[in-house]
Formats: sequence, C-alpha cells, structure tokens
Amino acid sequence: MLRSLAIISLLIMGGVFIYVIEDMPPIGNPENPPHVHVVPRYIEKAEEETGVPNIVTAILANYRGYDTLGETTVIFTAGISVMILFQRWNK
Amino acid sequence: MSEKMVESVVARTISRIIIPFIQLYGIYVITHGESSPGGGFQGGVILGTSIILFGIVFSLNTTKKWISKKILILFMSLGLLIYSGIGAIDMLFGGKYLEYGKLPLPLHSPEMSALSILMVEIGIGLCVMSTITLLFIFLAGEKSGTRMDSWEI
Repeated sequence: MLRSLAIISLLIMGGVFIYVIEDMPPIGNPENPPHVHVVPRYIEKAEEETGVPNIVTAILANYRGYDTLGETTVIFTAGISVMILFQRWNK
Repeated sequence: MSEKMVESVVARTISRIIIPFIQLYGIYVITHGESSPGGGFQGGVILGTSIILFGIVFSLNTTKKWISKKILILFMSLGLLIYSGIGAIDMLFGGKYLEYGKLPLPLHSPEMSALSILMVEIGIGLCVMSTITLLFIFLAGEKSGTRMDSWEI
C-alpha cells in the first residue's frame, strides 16, 4: 500500500518535472533571471564598495557575510561534536 | 596512520622537505584571498592537509606530541571569535552587524572593508585548519585503537 503510494507520487512528480523542463531557460544565456537580478551590481560596484578586487571574495565575505559566518559555525560545531563523541569519558 | 612511522625513507624525506612549502602555500592562499582565487576555507584546508601528511608519514603519536589539544581548541574558537568579533566591533561603533567600514581606524571605507575581509579570512582559515586536524587525529586514533585520553589537554 505504502509502496504503491510512493511509486504513484514519484510518477506524478516526475511527470511534472519532465513537463516543466521545456520552460527552463537555456544554459549560458546572459538574459537568464539569475544573471540580470543582482549580478550586474556586483560586477560594477563590488570593487569600489568593498575594496577587494576579487568579486567572489567580496560576495562571500561582505555581501553574504552572514552566510559565511554560518558556514564557519557549522565547521566549528562539527569539530566540537566529533571531539565530544570520540572522547571517552569513563576511563 | 598507525602507531609506527612509515618505513620508506623516500616518503619521510620528501614529506619533511615538502611540508613547509605546503604550509607557506596555505598561508599565501589565505592572505591573497582578496585579490586572487582562494580564501579562508581553501587555505585552511591546505594548512590542515600539511598536518595530516605529517600524521600519516610520521606516527600519530608524534603528531599528538607536537600539537596539543588545547592549541587546536583554542584556534578553533579563536577563528570564530575573530569573525564574529569584527561584526560585534562594527556594531559597537555604530554600524550594523558585519557592516564593515565602521572600525575606528583612519582609513577610507573600502580600505577598511578590505582589511576586515582579510581578518575574516584569517579567522576562517584558523577555524578550518584546526577543525580538519582535530577530525583527522580523532578519527585516525579511533581507527587504530589509540585511546584519546592519553592526549594531554
């Protein structure tokens, strides 16, 4: 019962995805939505706003600073949790 | 990766020569992250890799003798503290959190932002380097059955 339900829902979702594919924008087109929204501003203003010639670093550390802080916290948490898990408390 | 040193003389000699260069390259990648490809994450991983190479070729016990757990935990926390501390300093001097350019320095706003980004990259590099090293030492010690209690804090 549950298995057939899973297969049916998978088929429906797969059909929807396949139907939607032809409306996707072509790969590499400069008029694509992600390329016209914020990217021109980054390319034009990144150096004078952040003082950093590398646009990737400017986005990573300045425009998306919270995101990078979260990533660093994730790595920190991973290290701390491995240390806690593998530490043998009872000698 | 075990208790004993790798027996090959070639591996030991080559890694003894090459480890300082790997570390130098890692520092280069971190500090030049603002003007060339790279950054804190990549440079930190390269720095951690040099210590992992040391741990594979020379024994794990030597690595544990060289690097104390205290230093690793300190670096891990210090990296995160540098990052969030810069944001907090910006907030103290009247900006928003992580809005660079509010530091109390006689510089223009883009230069101050570049300096803050450099500090942030150094913080990320410290955190990533010590986390990679810590993960390796704990997982390898678990595999080879070393008790981590013997690793002095």
